[in-house]
Amino acid sequence: MESIFFLIVAAVAVLSSILVVTCKNPINSALSLVMTFFCLATLYVTLDAPFMAVTQVMVYAGAIMVLIVFVIMLLNIRVEAVKRGSHAVFAGGAIGLFLLFQTVWFLGRGTLSGATGTMDRAQVVKVGHIELIGKALFTDFLLPFEITSILLLAAIVGAVILAKRKI
Amino acid sequence: METLILGLPVAYYIAMVAKVLVAFVFVLLTVAYATYAERKIIGHMQVRLGPMRTGWHGLLQPIADGVKLFFKEEIIPSEASKFAFLVAPLVALIPAFISFAVIPFGAPVSIGGYTVPMQIAAYYDQAGQQIFDINVGVLYILAMAGLGVYGIVLAGWSSNSKYSLLGGLRSAAQMVSYELAAGLAIVSVFMLSESLSLHKIVADQAGGIWNWYAFKQPLACVIFFICSIAEINRTPFDLPEAETELVSGFCTEYSSMKYAMFFMAEYANMVTVCAVTTTLFLGGWHGPFLPGWMWFIAKVYALIFLCMWIRATYPRYRYDQLMRLGWKVFLPLTLLNVVATGIVATLVK
Amino acid sequence: METIAIPAINLAPIMPEIILSCIAMLLLLVNVFVPSESKGYLGVLSLVGLVATAASVVSGWGQPVAAFGGAVQLDNFAVFFKLIFICSAALAILISDKYVVREEINHGELYPLILFATVGMMLMACGMDLMVIFLGLEVLSISLYVLAGFNRGSLKSNEAGLKYFLLGAFSTGFLLYGMALTYGATGSTKIGNIAGFVATNPQVATNSLFVVGMLLIAVGFSFKTAAAPFHMWTPDVYEGAPTPITAFMSAGPKAAAFAAFIRVMIVAFPTLKHDWTDLLWILAVLTMTVGNIIALSQDNIKRMLAYSSIAHAGYALVGFTACNPEGVAGILFYMLSYTFMNIGAFAVIVLIGKKGEANGNVQDFAGLGQKRPLLAAILCVFLFSLAGIPPTAGFVGKFYLFSAAIKSGYIWLAIIGVLNSAASVYYYLRVMVYMYFKPSEEDFDWVGMTPAIAVCLLLCVATTLVLGVVPGTVLELAQKAVQF
Repeated sequence: MESIFFLIVAAVAVLSSILVVTCKNPINSALSLVMTFFCLATLYVTLDAPFMAVTQVMVYAGAIMVLIVFVIMLLNIRVEAVKRGSHAVFAGGAIGLFLLFQTVWFLGRGTLSGATGTMDRAQVVKVGHIELIGKALFTDFLLPFEITSILLLAAIVGAVILAKRKI
Repeated sequence: METLILGLPVAYYIAMVAKVLVAFVFVLLTVAYATYAERKIIGHMQVRLGPMRTGWHGLLQPIADGVKLFFKEEIIPSEASKFAFLVAPLVALIPAFISFAVIPFGAPVSIGGYTVPMQIAAYYDQAGQQIFDINVGVLYILAMAGLGVYGIVLAGWSSNSKYSLLGGLRSAAQMVSYELAAGLAIVSVFMLSESLSLHKIVADQAGGIWNWYAFKQPLACVIFFICSIAEINRTPFDLPEAETELVSGFCTEYSSMKYAMFFMAEYANMVTVCAVTTTLFLGGWHGPFLPGWMWFIAKVYALIFLCMWIRATYPRYRYDQLMRLGWKVFLPLTLLNVVATGIVATLVK
Repeated sequence: METIAIPAINLAPIMPEIILSCIAMLLLLVNVFVPSESKGYLGVLSLVGLVATAASVVSGWGQPVAAFGGAVQLDNFAVFFKLIFICSAALAILISDKYVVREEINHGELYPLILFATVGMMLMACGMDLMVIFLGLEVLSISLYVLAGFNRGSLKSNEAGLKYFLLGAFSTGFLLYGMALTYGATGSTKIGNIAGFVATNPQVATNSLFVVGMLLIAVGFSFKTAAAPFHMWTPDVYEGAPTPITAFMSAGPKAAAFAAFIRVMIVAFPTLKHDWTDLLWILAVLTMTVGNIIALSQDNIKRMLAYSSIAHAGYALVGFTACNPEGVAGILFYMLSYTFMNIGAFAVIVLIGKKGEANGNVQDFAGLGQKRPLLAAILCVFLFSLAGIPPTAGFVGKFYLFSAAIKSGYIWLAIIGVLNSAASVYYYLRVMVYMYFKPSEEDFDWVGMTPAIAVCLLLCVATTLVLGVVPGTVLELAQKAVQF
């Protein structure tokens, strides 16, 4: 049951992410990306990570993509993407295929196993996903958590510098 | 041994479907009659009668309106992006409804040996002791509110008309701005409840009116409600469809059922927002004497009345005032509120 | 609800970062009240901050201290690199005071952004957690994107900012994906834990997740060090960015990328050492050759120095390929001397330049030797050093890098390096030829020395020569700094 569900969601995710790059209209690309984010969020739910899922929708689909769509609308890009020369497309396709082949070959050669962590489903259900994330942020990842504040400050200052009409 | 699906008895699924139906019908009926109530209430506030002809005191007006819209001609502008144009009303409508999945609307009831919580996406364990609901319910609501903007933005963009585009742009900017303040206002609530589960938040407010978060967090309550009104584009923040400047904003080019869907989305959003405010700040379904669901409905309707009252009272904001209010007043205030809540909560402990 | 036991926090190892961030935030506040004609005082204040930070960094020499559960570690390696970053930031601030007035971009936010970038670099150097390294890199990159586009009125600067941002974000994606795969394969983001996991589970070396993770991390860092074939952004960004920022970018961030690159590779992926040294061998050869050959045909001096900086990254990669203590010590020494010689050269370019980034071609240096002999002589010192001609720091640095490669058995790599170095002499000498042997059309009367640039030039010349003549002490320090 769950694996069928996974296959459906994964198929939609892959399809919509293909649409992101093949759509000629930027708005349609952006919307396909939103769809991909949704599928990702759904996968997070099935992985017992509800907080991740909701954050994915809230931050990516609800905020970042809205801004992207906003900008596309503001610039009112109606011109469909210009077709590139066929040589470049061919070269890119050839390199892409080569890399795909290489990757498949490579994956077939080695093993594919992840390290098992300490968290499991029972613990997530018992303690709660948000509680676990909060605990990690305030213990193991305290420093990275604090560095983000500097990162955001630098980004805000930068945005003001680059975008404000008069500084 | 009873049959289990994904580890739960079949009865749980039957209960869930029943709850979905009840909530859906409730919201739809409320939406239909909210349109009527709004016209009546504003009418009386402006010392006129409002609809009177269709049925007793115009009671059948929503049905007449629905029938009229249903039989109107479908118009799709020839320059419109067809797919987005068709999909936009649905995208606007759906998030308004699915937010209801996590809102508890009554005390749990026992049916045939099962305890059923009055909350769609929740169930009790088989002993009826522990409740499992979405433990990120508050964030779920915020996420859905954030998605509501897509319907309007898409409508504005796909219509290929100046007014629609401007409406869509305004709405995107407005909703993104006010989402922040609304989200931060809620933070102070779950700092007190120490949980994002709406069941837990409601349970914390049981036992008397003084336990309501509206009294523990008055500032957050007011800001959240105002921001929510801004997020659903209601007067005095209805700039996306400001008729004096933008004809009808994002839905200028829409007609017939698609227009009706936007109309429904607006009112459904209002119901949702009022239900969320009730749950977060006004004690949810808790109240003396009457059963829980009645209290819940009463509180939601009171808030809906408040929305209409505001619409009848206040003029529309100017765009720059709107942005200033969101970014320079509400955002700092909510941040201060979070800090203050943290300090007080630590000291009290 | 269980309470979270917050572990004991030792702030000592990140004290430099704390000091510098506080100074940067203070500058942001002060900036509001400083009238635009006296923004230079902000530069003075930031120099004071950098000196204080340097003092705090130096106190960490000798005894490695880890904190935050092994997320950061202030050891000699970090101290050495942090001093390089501080030097590059200080020198960049020194040469920017005249430039920002001339180009009318005298906004006070320049200094806090440089300081934030320095904070990011320092976090990269002392980070022992992939998350810390990544966030440090992001703090650095975001500040740099803005700094590259700081001259808002100039199209080239805008292009530089945008190009750097787009390609940088793209490469960060590779890096982050590599880190995610490594985390998946080993179950930790802390480099120490990864090393522990690899030691107890040697079979992880055949795990595709782990190997691909290592490769992607290498790609991400190669972009930041501007190694070929990930160097495409460098010329445009270096040419378009404001000159002091170009000087800063070519020295500090490159060193920071090397610091993190070296630490991650050597500590976290020791079992794959043979694979990644092979990879670095190719990268080094490509980087040196591509940088030098394209630099031969450049007329714009900033663009030429951009390609030359690619080539210099290649020389450093030679030392990294050797992967012995001498090689790493060589990189440390080389990065230090490169900081001084390169920023020194850029200081002269700032002086020669005119408003609107004009006068930046090799031909514009014609006659400088007759009209401004001292300035020309100073530039010659830097160019000699960049070309690796004794008795300058550049020669000593290259000598140690190549001898480390020979010691590890990479004789061909050393030979290719020397050949490249010889080729590079052509384009450095070309500038000198123009300075001394071409008739002058200009009288260079707009070239006015300011105290700040004078201090910068003095420091750079002195360091370049001292490191070239008596490199012993610093080399010894560099060798002591090779500990992870």
